[in-house]
Amino acid sequence: MTDRAHNIRETDIRWHPTEREEYDHGGGATVLGFWIYLMSDALIFASLFAMFGVVSTSYAGGPGPRQLFDLPLVALNTALLLASSITFGQAIPHMEAGRVGPTRTWLAVTGLLGAAFVGIEFYEFAHLVQEGAGPQRSAFLSAFFTLVGTHGAHVTVGLIWIATMLIQLRQHGLTGEMKRRIICLSMFWHFLDIIWIGVFNFVYLFGVIR
Amino acid sequence: MSTHSLHTPPDTDLGAPESTHGHGSRRAYRIGVALSILLTVVPFWLVMSKALPNPTVMAAIIFALALIQITVHVVSFLHLDTRSEGGWTLLAFLFTAVIVVLTIGGSVWVMYHLNANMMPMPDAAMVPMH
Repeated sequence: MTDRAHNIRETDIRWHPTEREEYDHGGGATVLGFWIYLMSDALIFASLFAMFGVVSTSYAGGPGPRQLFDLPLVALNTALLLASSITFGQAIPHMEAGRVGPTRTWLAVTGLLGAAFVGIEFYEFAHLVQEGAGPQRSAFLSAFFTLVGTHGAHVTVGLIWIATMLIQLRQHGLTGEMKRRIICLSMFWHFLDIIWIGVFNFVYLFGVIR
Repeated sequence: MSTHSLHTPPDTDLGAPESTHGHGSRRAYRIGVALSILLTVVPFWLVMSKALPNPTVMAAIIFALALIQITVHVVSFLHLDTRSEGGWTLLAFLFTAVIVVLTIGGSVWVMYHLNANMMPMPDAAMVPMH
C-alpha cells in the first residue's frame, strides 16, 4: 500500500512531462477521432435531410410551411446560434493562454445563448402541436419534427457538455485534458451551427418561398 | 493548486501543435465571423422582404449562399485545411461530402421522378388519415 502511494507520488512529480507528451499524441488522435465522429453525425443528418427533401411537399391536406413557419422567430433563433458559435470562438484564445476565468465566462455566455435557442425551439414546437400541426399530422411535419428535433437534441447535449466543462474547469483548471475536451466541444458546437445553416435555408426559407 | 502550476508549463508548450489545429489564425476567424453574419442576413432579407418575385431564382441564390456559408464555417470555424492531421481530416470531410450529396441529391431526384411518373391517385385515397 505504501509502496503504491510512493509510486504515485513519484509519477506525479518526475514522470509527468513524459506522460504529457504521450497525452498530447493522444490529444491529436482524439481530435481526429472526434472529427470522424462529426462526419458520421453529418451522415445521420444527411439521411434526415434526404427524408425531409422527399416528403417536404406531402402535406396530406394539412398546413404547409407558409402557414406554419414564423420567419422572424427563425431569424432570432439563427442569430442566437450563430452568436453562440462566435462567443465560443472568443473563449478559445483565453483557453490557449491558460486563463481559466475568461474561458469560463465565454463558455457560460455560449451556454446561455444555446439555452435560449433550445427554449425558443421548444416554444415553436409546442405552438405547432397546439395548432394541430404535430408530427402525426402529415409526412412533411413528421420529417420536420424529426430533422429539427434531432438538431435540437444535439444542442441540448452540447449544453450538458458546456455545463460539465464549467464545473470541471473550476475543479481542475486548464490542464491538457481539459483543453482537449474544450477543443472537441468547440468542434461539436461549430458543427451544430453548420447543420443549422442547412436547416434554416433548406427547411424554413425554401419552405416559405415554394 | 500547486500541482496545477506544476503541470501548466508542459501543457502550454505541448499544446502548441494542437492549437494550430484548433485556432491557428485569428484573422481567418474574424473574416469567417463577418462573412457568416452577412451570409445569414442576406437570405433572410431576400425571403422576408420578397426582394425577388421569381421563386426559382430566389431558391437558386439561397442554395448557393448556403453552400458558401457552409464552406466558410468549415474553413474558418472548424479549421479544415490540407495540413492538419496529415490531411486525414480533409480526406474524411471530402468522403463525407460525397456521401451527403449522393444521399440527399439521389433521394430527392429518384423520389421526385417516381412521384412524377406514378399514376395519379383517386381523390378518395388522398384523404388525410387522423
